[in-house]
Amino acid sequence: MALRTPAEIGGMGHSVKRKEDPRFIRGKGTYVDDVQLPGMLYLDIVRSPYAHATIKKIDTSKALAIPGVLAVITGRDLEKYNLHWMPTLMSDTQMVLPVDKVMYQAQEVAAVLATDRYVAADGVAAVEVEYEPLPVLVDPKKALEPGAPVLRTDKKDKKDNHIWHWEWGDRAATDRAFQDADVTVKQDIYIPRIHVASIETCGCVADFDRVQGKLTVWMTTQAPHAIRTVFALVAGHVGLAEHKIRIISPDIGGGFGGKVPVYPGYVIAVAASVLTGKPVKWMEDRMENLQADSFARDYHITAELAGKKDGTLTALRIKTIADHGYTDAAANPSKFPAGLFHICTGSYDFKAAHVDVDGVYTNKPPGGIAYRCSFRVTEAVMTIERMADTMAHHLGIDPAEFRMRNFIRPEQFPYKSALGWEYDSGNYVGALQKAMEKIGYADLRREQAEKRKRGELMGIGISSFTEIVGAGPSKHFDILGLKMFDSAEIRIHPTGKAIARFGTKSQGQGHETTYAQILAEELGIPVADIQVEEGDTDTAPYGLGTYASRSTPVAGAAAAVASRKILAKARKIAAYLLEVAEEDLVWEPGKFSVRGAPQRSKTIQEVAFAAYTNHPQGMEAGLEAVSYYDPPNLTYPFGSYICVVDIDKGTGEVKIRRFVAVDDCGNIINPMIVEGQIHGGLTMGLAPALFEEISYDENGNIRGGSFMDYLLPTAMETPSWETDKTTTPSPHHPLGAKGVGESATVGAPAAIANAVVDALWHLGVRNIDIPITPHKVWKALRDANVTE
Amino acid sequence: MRVQVTINGEKREADVEPRLLLVHLIRDMLRLTGTHIGCDTTHCGACTVLLDGRPVKSCTVFAVQADGRELLTVEGLEQNGKLHPLQEGFMQEHGLQCGYCTPGMLMTSYAFLKETPNPTEGDIRWAISGNLCRCTGYVNIVKSIQYAAAKLRQGGV
Amino acid sequence: MIPASFEYHRPASISEAATLLTRHGEDAKILSGGQSLIPLMKLRLAAPPHIVDINRIPGLAYLEERNGALRIGALVRETDLEKSDLVRARYPILHDTSRVIGDPVVRNLATVCGNLAHADPANDHPATMLALGAQIVAVGSRGERIIPVDEFFTGPFTTALAPREILTEIRVPLPSLRSGGAYLKLERKVGDFATAGVAVQLTLAPDGICQRVGIGLTNVGLTPIKAGRAEAALRGARPDEAAIERAARLAAEESEPAEDLRGSEEYKRDLVRVLTARALRRALERAGKGG
Repeated sequence: MALRTPAEIGGMGHSVKRKEDPRFIRGKGTYVDDVQLPGMLYLDIVRSPYAHATIKKIDTSKALAIPGVLAVITGRDLEKYNLHWMPTLMSDTQMVLPVDKVMYQAQEVAAVLATDRYVAADGVAAVEVEYEPLPVLVDPKKALEPGAPVLRTDKKDKKDNHIWHWEWGDRAATDRAFQDADVTVKQDIYIPRIHVASIETCGCVADFDRVQGKLTVWMTTQAPHAIRTVFALVAGHVGLAEHKIRIISPDIGGGFGGKVPVYPGYVIAVAASVLTGKPVKWMEDRMENLQADSFARDYHITAELAGKKDGTLTALRIKTIADHGYTDAAANPSKFPAGLFHICTGSYDFKAAHVDVDGVYTNKPPGGIAYRCSFRVTEAVMTIERMADTMAHHLGIDPAEFRMRNFIRPEQFPYKSALGWEYDSGNYVGALQKAMEKIGYADLRREQAEKRKRGELMGIGISSFTEIVGAGPSKHFDILGLKMFDSAEIRIHPTGKAIARFGTKSQGQGHETTYAQILAEELGIPVADIQVEEGDTDTAPYGLGTYASRSTPVAGAAAAVASRKILAKARKIAAYLLEVAEEDLVWEPGKFSVRGAPQRSKTIQEVAFAAYTNHPQGMEAGLEAVSYYDPPNLTYPFGSYICVVDIDKGTGEVKIRRFVAVDDCGNIINPMIVEGQIHGGLTMGLAPALFEEISYDENGNIRGGSFMDYLLPTAMETPSWETDKTTTPSPHHPLGAKGVGESATVGAPAAIANAVVDALWHLGVRNIDIPITPHKVWKALRDANVTE
Repeated sequence: MRVQVTINGEKREADVEPRLLLVHLIRDMLRLTGTHIGCDTTHCGACTVLLDGRPVKSCTVFAVQADGRELLTVEGLEQNGKLHPLQEGFMQEHGLQCGYCTPGMLMTSYAFLKETPNPTEGDIRWAISGNLCRCTGYVNIVKSIQYAAAKLRQGGV
Repeated sequence: MIPASFEYHRPASISEAATLLTRHGEDAKILSGGQSLIPLMKLRLAAPPHIVDINRIPGLAYLEERNGALRIGALVRETDLEKSDLVRARYPILHDTSRVIGDPVVRNLATVCGNLAHADPANDHPATMLALGAQIVAVGSRGERIIPVDEFFTGPFTTALAPREILTEIRVPLPSLRSGGAYLKLERKVGDFATAGVAVQLTLAPDGICQRVGIGLTNVGLTPIKAGRAEAALRGARPDEAAIERAARLAAEESEPAEDLRGSEEYKRDLVRVLTARALRRALERAGKGG
């Protein structure tokens, strides 16, 4: 894409240095825990050691005897205000504090309010709770067996642990295709539970001003407006009206989906502040964050592919059991309890497909999509890309060749998939070709063959994924009924500077820079002259927040649309100033000039000044616009990743030798920022592929509940990622842009898993579930009688 | 207990319990909130500060241990309105996204470059292996440190 | 992550520290690096009522060869070991070990002596000190005594130190001609404890026969393990591939690993075999270089 603006303006395509950086590199960011208000109290939480237990007694006397402990809040206290249960973002219900029983280990049981955080911690240690353990269900398959204990005894008519059944696609046509197929392959794939573990944990400072009757909450949230509305709906009966609630999402230390849900700690802090009239801070520590906050994945998948002898794919059939923990609190769009999992036909032209998913309750914390996954797209891509390799290897066809044969061709776009998505644009062949050239694919296959003769284990894995982001069109997308538009409100000042506010919320994605770049592109105002704000619900226009890579597709489009409204008015003013008809004006970024007489011109700054000092009679003064953008479709970024691994036969260690990522997110606003998103996303794809897992023993005790065993990769485990791009604009987006923040997390795990299985296929290995630990590899080698 | 520290060149005092963690002294009492808390098992390094010139994880040191000693935090890197080459490097090379791990990365690499002014990529990755980042994937952090190393070698201060 | 309260003492000398330990007995814990103790206190898995901070005691940070031994003082940090040219040149096994303890920042405070005194079976120096045949110097109010390292580790987190004793020094024998050592640790990532770790230190006779060998195993038992049978198989033998494999198999048999998130018993046992063989080969390579 050619640059339309010069560097001084900094429109699309420029790697403008970030406007947010000056405060962060000086340590002057304002994260929630940095907020300190006069008289502020601290909240700390007592948590259950049991995964399922009746609460017999909570003895708060020792805690209350500690000087500085002001109160111990229990479920019974909240019950008085009907705040002990609240709705989840999926219209299920969740406990804020339990009255009868706990349903997962580390569940919040009581909260201690104290004058400082050390006293609060002592208070927590002094609260004594008597539990009577109940039978624990951690295996969703066991939870579905007839006769399994019913977990949700709070639901009067519930007789089992089945949450919902969801299916999509043409089952009859798919079954027929499987019957008629030359070849079918089937594989069970388990994608275990993981936790996104942004370096900043979750927390809030709730400040209820008794005089104003107004609640202000500084909160680690990716969706401040939605939170405000939820609080108003949930706590309206205790006097909190929406205009008296202000959510401030300040600087956020990473979100990735983990800061979308409403955690009990927030609600208790709000209640405590309303009751005391004092500011109350709740900041969880890391173990609380890992053990209780929203997880991601935990999908038990059985996938099948049908095809012809020559490797042409004909049908896809998937059955999934979704372990949701004790309640469905995944923040999916309400019509899609399995998120966008049905993008699982991927980059291939399937004639028929069918997918069904069953959600199940277990004694674990709730969640499901809080790890940079675009609403279950990581699961979808893992499934289709692992299966593509499985079929390719089964037929003895090179995995790259197999993909090339089955890719949707560029002339087929816009492409309607067998599962109903209309892909806007794509060039899968181009991306894979580029990745293959960059990594030297043919040479690597030759090297692999040589090494295999010597018993050395080397693997090459491909992931050619299609992403689906930018939720979403109001026809199909809402969260708790709130449609998933997003917004931009732009105002140009008399001296030609601008302020722009959005309904999204950056947690590191660089919106203060990239949104300014959109305005720079559209209006020719330099990035340095544009102030971008997000996150304060008192001032920002309503939006659904930032997650699922939706900001550029939705709010970015709103920015363009609002800018164009401003430009239309600016044109009228310029015509008036230059005394010509609007059609006689030529626009270049930052300036209107008269056609044929370019020396007669007005800059956008001069026009802005005139909007306040010399606007045409009959026209309103000012120069501003709002856009609430309802996207006509999602956008479909894509890419091809190729991973090369070497396996240590003695230890089972998998070493990533090289990883090439070719991404296509359409027209790019800031190449530096996009590249950074890819680097980070790849690392969050590496982590679940080789290192991360949260699991439970049969008593519901968590394993991997701290950084001792929940393994985040360091700079030593992380390869030097190699990135490149192709550019296939979105035809429906005003800027031709697509989202990109999650592409790499979505696409990378399959490339790594495919590489390992590719290295071991000749030994009879067909699948190793992620995380592919050295132990698992060693075991697979041992089973194949291979040792050092 | 009375604790006296020289932090970023300034003498500060506070009355503390022996169990007060150094990171809480710095953040809550001295109100220098650039140093961050990211975990509870001494893994993440977001709390890294320099104690007598050596990077330490301030969440795993008691404030009383720093009595009479010198501390340098991220707020102390900029001198007389001039950014340290590392701070410049992180901005130039997009070495930060959410900014939360950044102060820890800056402090670790500040001490590291004093000792190893001409590091390889491998040296840098090794040096920051006690500091976790979730956003950047480390590639640009390495580049930021390389930028600063080059600038420091050229005599930029 | 907030520790329980305690009383804090900052003695100015070892004898003052010893007096404090005598006075408070089991209620007192020594604080040196604190990189094992403080994390336990933050989780409230340890809540000693008295903390005796020895970090201000002068004269404890020496790392030097003197009177027939390498002497590592109580306040020598892992970083000091890692960056010492002396250690890298003459005790590469110690260099290997220090590099894989925790991470670079933790190593700035963590002490070598503390790594032994804490006696977590997952700690790395114990195996290395077993392989080296080191000596522990313990000081109490009754004076100083020497404990040979193979009597030092008595159980998980338990040592031969009396509650009132402070580990003040580790003594490592000076390297002989034709000696070499190596420490290999498999960790899931930087900063993790060992899935398994193997320390080998050996000396060859002029004819290439293995004259002395020490093999220590990390985190495959309730204490660090001295692989005596593997050592015996090598002592007096020519350390060829067959001997290496035999010793490696014996070391694996001597290990007592427990299954955990890092892997099964069988896996860890086999790792001991693989790592012992690799460590032996590396040690021999170093011995050959005139180490």
